[in-house]
Formats: sequence, structure tokens, C-alpha cells
Amino acid sequence: MNAVTTFLTQDGGFWVLTLVKIALLLFIVLTVNAYLTWFERKVVALMQSRVGPHRVGPHGLLQPAADGLKFLFKEDVMPGGVDKFVYLLAPFLALTLALASLAVIPFGPNPLPFKFFGHQIDLWITNPDIGLLVLFSVTALGVYGVALAGWASNSKYPLLGGLRSSAQMISYELSMTMSVVGVLLMANSFSLTKIISLQESSKWGLLSWNIFTFHGGCPQIVGFLCFFISAIAETNRVPFDLPEAESELVAGFHTEYSSFKFAMFFIAEYTSMITVSSLCAILFFGGWNSPFPTPWTFTHYIPSLILIPFGLWVIFDGIKYETIFGKLILPGLGTAIAGLGALLLAGIVIAPLHEVNEYIQGPFWLLSKIFFFLFFYVWARGTLPRFRYDQLMNIGWKLLLPVSIANVIITAGFVLFRSAP
Amino acid sequence: MSPALIVFFVLAGLSVIGALSLILQKHPIHSALSLIVVMVSLAGLYLLLGAEFVAAVQIIVYGGAIMVLFVFVIMLLNASAEEHTNFSKLAKFGGLPLALALTGLLAAAMIHNGGAVPNNPTPDALASTTGISMMLFSTFVYPFELTSFLILVAIIGALVLAQREKKT
Repeated sequence: MNAVTTFLTQDGGFWVLTLVKIALLLFIVLTVNAYLTWFERKVVALMQSRVGPHRVGPHGLLQPAADGLKFLFKEDVMPGGVDKFVYLLAPFLALTLALASLAVIPFGPNPLPFKFFGHQIDLWITNPDIGLLVLFSVTALGVYGVALAGWASNSKYPLLGGLRSSAQMISYELSMTMSVVGVLLMANSFSLTKIISLQESSKWGLLSWNIFTFHGGCPQIVGFLCFFISAIAETNRVPFDLPEAESELVAGFHTEYSSFKFAMFFIAEYTSMITVSSLCAILFFGGWNSPFPTPWTFTHYIPSLILIPFGLWVIFDGIKYETIFGKLILPGLGTAIAGLGALLLAGIVIAPLHEVNEYIQGPFWLLSKIFFFLFFYVWARGTLPRFRYDQLMNIGWKLLLPVSIANVIITAGFVLFRSAP
Repeated sequence: MSPALIVFFVLAGLSVIGALSLILQKHPIHSALSLIVVMVSLAGLYLLLGAEFVAAVQIIVYGGAIMVLFVFVIMLLNASAEEHTNFSKLAKFGGLPLALALTGLLAAAMIHNGGAVPNNPTPDALASTTGISMMLFSTFVYPFELTSFLILVAIIGALVLAQREKKT
């Protein structure tokens, strides 16, 4: 019995549970994607001393919904002379592959405290032994979405964008794969949950993460830098957004796509940003491990403690608005958030609530780390100019690849030295 | 019919259809896409046999790297739909009998060993990454290193050819 045959002989409860989990994850990720565009616009606006979206809803919070509706109702133009099949296939390929990679990301250590028809409810869709390889194979196929979109459009700027993207993604995939080998050598496994659990130590807290490895191991700070830079290039984000380069290629590979097909490329790009951020957190920053040493149990109340001032801020910010938001929604929401925080803080004395605090530790820290890397993406976009094409190739082949190979050799030597008697 | 068998037939059918479409498509990009379908469904078959590592590598190397290069070259040359020439005489008269002979040979070999094909022929050692690396670096270390050397020679050859083109 191997993994696939075991999977195929599961009972109905398992299938229902998995489908519900997939639907839930899709819903969450697509919503987060929408608000990521809002977040990006707000942060970039802040960096450029602008206001950013602020017309639709308080702080422009309903802007993503308005944008989504606009995408749905725009006319869907198919330019003449396109290769119809490939033209339609490309956005599907891009979006499906980007979303598929989320299936193997584990979001928390402990299963939910109740069972579904005898099935344990883990905080991941699947946890294969080759988790990291699955992610890399999905990334490897992800090039096609962009390259084929550029080719099928039958137009010169998209073609140039598609060509650039395939060259860029092949080049940076090498250094991206190489830079995680150090982590793999220390973990001795492709399983993401195992990689995370090996970064746990009761004494060192955040210093035991793979980037520092104070509890014995070779620090992967170089590996992390190589990985993150290549990953930014792999997701076609600034400063490596050569495939779309507005100033040179109009909009690059998706110039000829309109309406929701354009939105699909957009969602795919933001989803891969989330995947890469979670990978950074999981491989190098301890995944769901708290940055504090395990004996410091009082740090378990940090999430609840954050909720109270946040809720109060929502109330005081909300009452400024004279619409229904100020009168009802925002103060209500703020009260609910602050109340929830206060309730969870009561866990100091009430045992079941204490359990809840313990339980949300893993997801809370993982999501905070993912959020930090997403902010980093936006930060890079707000501050860095785009690389020239030859610079891009030089960085990939002459800097990142040799450095990440050197990192592999040093880590391998370290692991060998440590395992030798 | 067990679920595994159904999945096998779906994947096998997909790879055969992909292979046929690879030959029959007129446009190089469509052919390349069909080849990607073949590669990915083969990876699915490996997964069905329990060879997880091989399946992932099949997608990363063949589905990803190699086929991306194919697509890249086709896009770079902006190759359009191919024009059909008259079939060569050799292909017309020699092709069908030879194809039939090969099919017959394969069928005969399968029937001969029919009972001996185990349901799950992958030994556990091949299924795990550790098992594969143990084999590569112990039993098969010489063939492995020789192949690496061969690839290195090919890389240097490609570099030399590219450099020569540059000078002229």
C-alpha cells in the first residue's frame, strides 16, 4: 500500500472533509488576495505620501469588492488572430497551479479538538512526505501560464514578456531550489511538518529557527537571502517584474487579456506571493513555532492582548464616519474584537479558555510571519527600481547560483562533520 | 474494478492521447503542450506505483525544465504551423510493418511474463528519497558518476559550439 492507493481507498467522510477544507481554504485565500491588493496600494501610497484608496468604505476597505465586481462585468474581449485554445488555457493554468501549491502548506501543529466521522481535522489539506518537491514541481509548471499567455496573444509585447518570463523563471528556479538544499540536508526530509518541528527547541526560541540554528546546525541566513530573492523573481514581482515591465512592454504577457481573465493572472500572482511567504516562514523562520522559548507560557496571551487595543482603535476610528459604518458596523465590530480579546485573556484563570489560547499559538505565529513577508514584498515594490535585463541574468547566474551552491557545500560539510563520531 | 485501476486507465489513456496528439498536431507549440500532458500523466503513473520521488522529479525535470526550454525555443524562433511534405518512401512502406512488429514483440513479451508482473512492482527502497540516494551512491555509484561526466561533456560541447558561433 503506497500513499496513492491509501488515498484512493478512503471513505466518504474523508472526501467530504477534504472538499470542505479545500473550499474553505479557497475562500480564505481569495479574500486575502483581494485585501492584499488593498494593503499593497495603501502601503505604497504611504511610502509615496499619498492617501491611497479611501473612497469606497472606511479607509477604502470595500475597494477590493468594487474592483472584483468591475472585473466580472467588464467586456471580455478576445483579440483577433489569437490561438484560441492556448489563449484560454493560459490563465486557467496560471491560476490552478498557483492555488494547487497551497494544498501542501501546513497552517498549524495540532488537529482541531473534535473529529469528523472519525477523521482527525488537521490544519492542512494534505501533508505528503515529498511536500517540498510537490511545491517545486508546481512552481516548475507555473512558467507555462505566463509563457503561453504571451505566445497565444499573437502580439509582439506579450510575446516579448512571455519570452522574458520563461528565461527568467528557468534561471531563478535553479538558485531557488539550490538555496533550500541546506535546510533539507539538516532536516533530512522533504516533509514540511518535519522541517518545522525540527526548528523547535525549548531553550532558544527564535534563535533555533533555521536561519540561526543555535540548537546545533548550520545557520541558513545566506540560503534564506538567496531563496527570497529568487522567489521574488520567480513570482515576477518588483524589482524582477521584467515580464510585465509597464514602461517597456505595455503590460507584458497579459496585455491582450481583459476582464476576468486578466483578474485570474492577478490572483495567480498574489497567490504565489502567499505561497512563497509561507515557504519562507516554514523553511527558514520556524513555521508555527513561537519566537519565545517554550517555558514562557505568558507569551501565549500575545494574540489576545493584541486584539483589545485593535478593537478599541476600530471603535474610535469608526465613530468618525457619519454613514452606517460609523453608527453601527465599525463600533460593533470593534466591540466584538475587543470583547473576544478580553474573553480570551480571561483564560489566565479559566482553564478551557487557556486551552484556546494555546491552540491559536501555531496559526497565529505562522500567519504573522507570512504577513511580514507579504509586507516585505510590498516594501520592495515601493522602494526598488526594476532591474535591467542583463543585470537580472547576471544576478541569477553569476551571484545567486554560485552563492547558493557554496551554501549547500558548507552545510553538507557541517552536517557530515556533526554526524561523524 | 478497484479505484487504483480506474486511475491507471485514465492516466494511461491520457498519456496515449497526448502522445498521438503530439504527432498529429500541426503547430509546434500544440505538439509541445501534448508532450507536457504525456510527461505529467507519466508522473501520475509513477505516483500510482508508489514512486513519489521519481514522480516529483519527472514533473520538475521533464514537465518543467526541459519542456519549458522546448516552448522557449519554439517561441523564440516564432515557428509557425508546419507544412506537410510528401511522406518519405521509407516511412510509407517500412513504417507500418516495423510498428506492427514492435507492438507484436511487446505484446509477446507481456503475455510471456503475464503472470509474473506484480501488482506493485516498486520495492520500498525505490519509493523513498533515502532509498534512491542510498542506491545511487552505493550500488550504482559508477554508472551514476559516469552519466554525470557525460552530461558535463555535453555542457562543455554546447558551450564550445556557442562560442564558435559568436566569433564569426
